[in-house]
Amino acid sequence: MSLEVRDGEFLSLLGPSGCGKSTLLRAMAGLDPLTEGQVLLHGAPVLAPPPGFGMVFQRDVLLDWRSVLDNVLLAAEFEGRPRRAMQPRAMGLLERFGLAAFAHRYPWELSGGMRQRAGICRALLCEPEVILMDEPFGALDAMTRDDLNGELSRIQQEGKRTVVFVTHSIPEAVFLSDRVAVMSAGPGRVVEVVDIALPRPRPLSLREAPEFGREVARLRAIFAGLGVQKA
Amino acid sequence: MSAGAPRTAGGALGTAGVLLLLLLSWEAAVRVFAPSPLLLPAPSAIVAEFFEAPGYYGRHALYTLWTTVAGFGLSVVLGVVLAVLVVSSRLADRLITTLLVVMNSLPKVALAPLFVIWMGTGAEPKIAIAVMLAIFSIVADMVLGLRSVDPDAIALARVHRASPWRIMWKIRFPNALPALFVGMKVAISFALVGAIVGEFVGGSAGLGHAILVAQGQFDTVRVFAALAVLGVMGTLLFYAVEALERMLLPWHVSQRSGPH
Repeated sequence: MSLEVRDGEFLSLLGPSGCGKSTLLRAMAGLDPLTEGQVLLHGAPVLAPPPGFGMVFQRDVLLDWRSVLDNVLLAAEFEGRPRRAMQPRAMGLLERFGLAAFAHRYPWELSGGMRQRAGICRALLCEPEVILMDEPFGALDAMTRDDLNGELSRIQQEGKRTVVFVTHSIPEAVFLSDRVAVMSAGPGRVVEVVDIALPRPRPLSLREAPEFGREVARLRAIFAGLGVQKA
Repeated sequence: MSAGAPRTAGGALGTAGVLLLLLLSWEAAVRVFAPSPLLLPAPSAIVAEFFEAPGYYGRHALYTLWTTVAGFGLSVVLGVVLAVLVVSSRLADRLITTLLVVMNSLPKVALAPLFVIWMGTGAEPKIAIAVMLAIFSIVADMVLGLRSVDPDAIALARVHRASPWRIMWKIRFPNALPALFVGMKVAISFALVGAIVGEFVGGSAGLGHAILVAQGQFDTVRVFAALAVLGVMGTLLFYAVEALERMLLPWHVSQRSGPH
C-alpha cells in the first residue's frame, strides 16, 4: 500500500479497530518504525521523530502537577525553547480555545473537553508543520465532540496546517477532511482514498445537508463492500 | 490516605480519646493490682520521672533526632540517585538491584557491631546503620515511581524531540514524587530504628543509650520515660514527612479536597 499526505491538507485515517490506523500514525511521527515499508518526509526516510510535528492523543496526556498553561508550555520546554518567549503565544492559544480563565488551574479541575482543548493548544504551540491526531475526540461525549470538530476545522483552515487524523467515525471524517483514507483490518491496509468534495468553511449545520449525507453514504458503501459493519 | 492518619479534627480527637482511655486503664490497673514498680510503673510515675529531668531526656532525644534525621536525609538523597541510575542504565539496574536485594536479605541489625569497629562510637555508625535500614524502601518506591509513567507522555516528549535527560527531569522525576513519599514514610521509621540500634551497640548518647543504662540499673521508670519520648518523636517525625508531602505535592490525588 502507499499513501501520500499532501501539504496543508486534512487527511483522515478511517477504519475499524485493529486496522493499524494508530500504528501508521505513530510511524509517521517517527515513534515506532514500520516492520515493513517506510515513511518519507520531503523524500527522506523518517527514522526518528522529525522536527515540526505536533501530536494529540486520545487521552489528553496532561501532567497532573502542572497548571494548564504549564502543560501547554511543556511542548516548548521539551524542544528547549525559552518558556518566557513562548508564554504569550500559549496564552493566546488558551484564549482562542476558551481556556484563558483556566490557565492557572490544574488539569483535574477541568472537564474532559477542556482537557482535550488544552492538549490541542500544546500541539499547536510550536507552530508545527504537521499535526498528528490519534482519535482525539474518541473519549468525549457527543456534544463536546461536535464543538471540538467545529473548532478544529476552523483552526486548521486558519493556519492551513497539514493534519493527519485517526478516527473510526465516518461523519467525523467527512466533516473534517479533504481526503479520507479508508483502511481495513486483517491485514491492515489502505483500501481507497476518497476526496471529500464539500465546500469550506464548513459550519456544523453542514452535517444536516444532503451532500454531507451523500459523502457519508459513499464511505459506508465502501466499508459494506469490505464486509465491515459500521454504525 | 496514609496509615490511619487523623485527617479531620474529629479524627484527631478520636485518636486522642483512645490514647487517653488506654493511659487511664493502665493507671487504674497499676493502682488496683499494685505490681512492683520494677515491672510496670504507672503512667503518672513515668510523666513525673520525665519532668524531674527534662534536660536529660531532651539531650538524649536531640542526639537520637539528629542521627535519625541525618540518616534519613542521606537515605533520601542516595536512594533517589540510585533509583535514577537503576532506571537509566541496564548495567546499573543489575548491579544496584542485586546489591540491594542481598543487603536487604541480611538481618542488618547483625551488622551493627561491624560498623562500630569501622567507625567508632560517635554519630557516624548510627547514621550509617540508619541509612542501611532506610534506603531500601526509598530506592524500591522511587524506581517504581520513575517507571510507572504514562507511555503516551513519553511519546509526546519524543515527538517534541526531548532528550532523555529532559524526559527524566520533566516527566519521570515529578511523576515519581508521590511514590517517593510513600517510601519516605516507611524510611523515617526505619531510620529511627537504625539510630537506636546504633546506640545500643556502642556510644554514650541518645535515647537508645539511655534505655540501656536505665536497664542496667533496673530503673524501669527511666526505661519507660525514654520509650515515651521515643514514641512521641517517632510520631512527630512521621507527621513531619506527611506535612512536607502536602506542601510539595498539592496536585496529587491523595491531597485533593476538590472535585473528583
